[in-house]
Amino acid sequence: MALDQLLVTKFGADAEHEMILNMGPQHPSTHGVINFIVQADGEVMKRAVPQVGYLHRAIEKIGEIVTYPGFMPYTDRIDYLAAMFANEGYALAVEKLLALQIPPRAQYLRAISCELNRIASHLVSLGTMAMDIGAVTPFPYALRERESINDLLEALCGARLTYNYHRIGGVAFDMPEDWALLCRKWLDHFEKILDEWDRLISFNEIFVERLAGMATIPAQMAINYGLVGPNLRASGVDFDLRRDVPYGAYPDFKFKIPLGKAYAGTHRGGAVGDCYDRFYCRVLECRESLLIVRQALDKFPSGEFMAKVPRKIKPEAGEAQSRIEAARGEMAYYVVSDGGERAYRVRARTGSFLAMGIIEEVSRGLMIADLVALIASLDVVAPEIDR
Amino acid sequence: MPGLTVEQIHQRLVEKFGDAVGPLSPPKKDPFCVFAVPRVRAICQFLKDDPALYFDFLEDLTATDHPKENLIRVVYHFYSYRHRHLFIAKVELNRTDPQVDSLEPLWKAANWMEREVFDLFGVVFRDHSDLRRILMPDDWVGNPLRKDYTEAGGYQGISNVRDNPLDLYLNMDRQVRAEQVAAQPPATATAAAPPTGAPKAEG
Repeated sequence: MALDQLLVTKFGADAEHEMILNMGPQHPSTHGVINFIVQADGEVMKRAVPQVGYLHRAIEKIGEIVTYPGFMPYTDRIDYLAAMFANEGYALAVEKLLALQIPPRAQYLRAISCELNRIASHLVSLGTMAMDIGAVTPFPYALRERESINDLLEALCGARLTYNYHRIGGVAFDMPEDWALLCRKWLDHFEKILDEWDRLISFNEIFVERLAGMATIPAQMAINYGLVGPNLRASGVDFDLRRDVPYGAYPDFKFKIPLGKAYAGTHRGGAVGDCYDRFYCRVLECRESLLIVRQALDKFPSGEFMAKVPRKIKPEAGEAQSRIEAARGEMAYYVVSDGGERAYRVRARTGSFLAMGIIEEVSRGLMIADLVALIASLDVVAPEIDR
Repeated sequence: MPGLTVEQIHQRLVEKFGDAVGPLSPPKKDPFCVFAVPRVRAICQFLKDDPALYFDFLEDLTATDHPKENLIRVVYHFYSYRHRHLFIAKVELNRTDPQVDSLEPLWKAANWMEREVFDLFGVVFRDHSDLRRILMPDDWVGNPLRKDYTEAGGYQGISNVRDNPLDLYLNMDRQVRAEQVAAQPPATATAAAPPTGAPKAEG
């Protein structure tokens, strides 16, 4: 069925008096290859129906074909902006199947690499969000800082984007000498940058006005649609897997969980769960991640960075799920083993996939120009949707 | 408020629904139980509404394919933000005609996840508002995550077979060599071939 006909036949759009527009798949602000079919009456949208799947690479099928360790590089490709989390989630699920304890040093290295990756991912999200609604200047500033994180992670694991750093049983490499010093230096630098970032864009009056009260998602709706991570917390739901279902080294750290509080100010029409809350929660999360990395470096334990793992990984039959707090919210791996060398089924539940599901509902009554801000504020990444 | 354990949740469901809720699996990693297919909607409604359970979050919905048993198992992961407890349930569907009630009226999150299972496993969710393929193209043949799925040999004239790039270079080598042999008289070709010939492909 032609996609634009879908609206007419399925949703009864009035093709004569309403506009049916295609946005994407090649659109600069859809953050990858996503297509929206917009049914609009003038400037006001009645509905925006997302069409996904352009980047479907059958990663779950590949998981059934390759061996357990062999799947690790593929997990990177699930979310290329925050590959560490995809690595970690898969490793945790297989470790749960194997009932494997991983050494504390490996857990700390995982936490450090993940939190740095979270900052990097949020920087891209914040920068592109500003750019999508017309503020082009902040984007290069965000990318500049991300470059430094990429350098740090490159020194740690040799790759800048698809890390393949976490392994079943630990991490691939120990922390290089002097790396902690470099990292601390950058953290001190970045703390100041965050203040600069707030002056540059977060508290910019035009920017705040533009996003205040736009596309508000109430808490109940966010839960019902399965939103996770910063999107959920921006709606005021106090939940973070790092604190509430702790895993890895996270019980050792103290950190706050930023929640949406109508940061734009009610006098500007701001509400809990609007686009600005989603933006500003991510800025605050960067701060918390920075503190976590610092604490991890302070308490960094000695010892092994890799557990004793059998040469051939063959978990006994059973199934396990791991849940981690990724940059785009809860990422859950569900791995079923039949006792063989290959997984019987690998399932990756990602935050972006369900965040896309809410767009059709939220877009009702928005202006066409606001759709871009809504997509950007949900921080969806196309490969994570399609897998 | 402290959450319930899996056993307590299961106990509560058995009290309410009796045989429709299967026994808890032996605690191999994550324990789960099997719901009777006709009662799925009612049990899930109870899971969502009961104040002691209050599963407000459908955390995951997926499926596994078991051709030997002729079953497709749809797997639900429920989570409660209020009580912070998790529960896993499955339904077993006939592989030849898998049908189950949609959970979309209870959790909107089920909309997209059920579409994905419909797309990749071919499970039909009754009362779903918009059951279309989601990841694969609309005119795709087959359900890729089924174990017995075979590729149809291309899609709309695009072949899914690619030449091995190594073969390409080997063929180029062979072509060059054949041209050299053709260009020179046979007597000198044997003498001149080793130094000027194209590098011999190995392995």
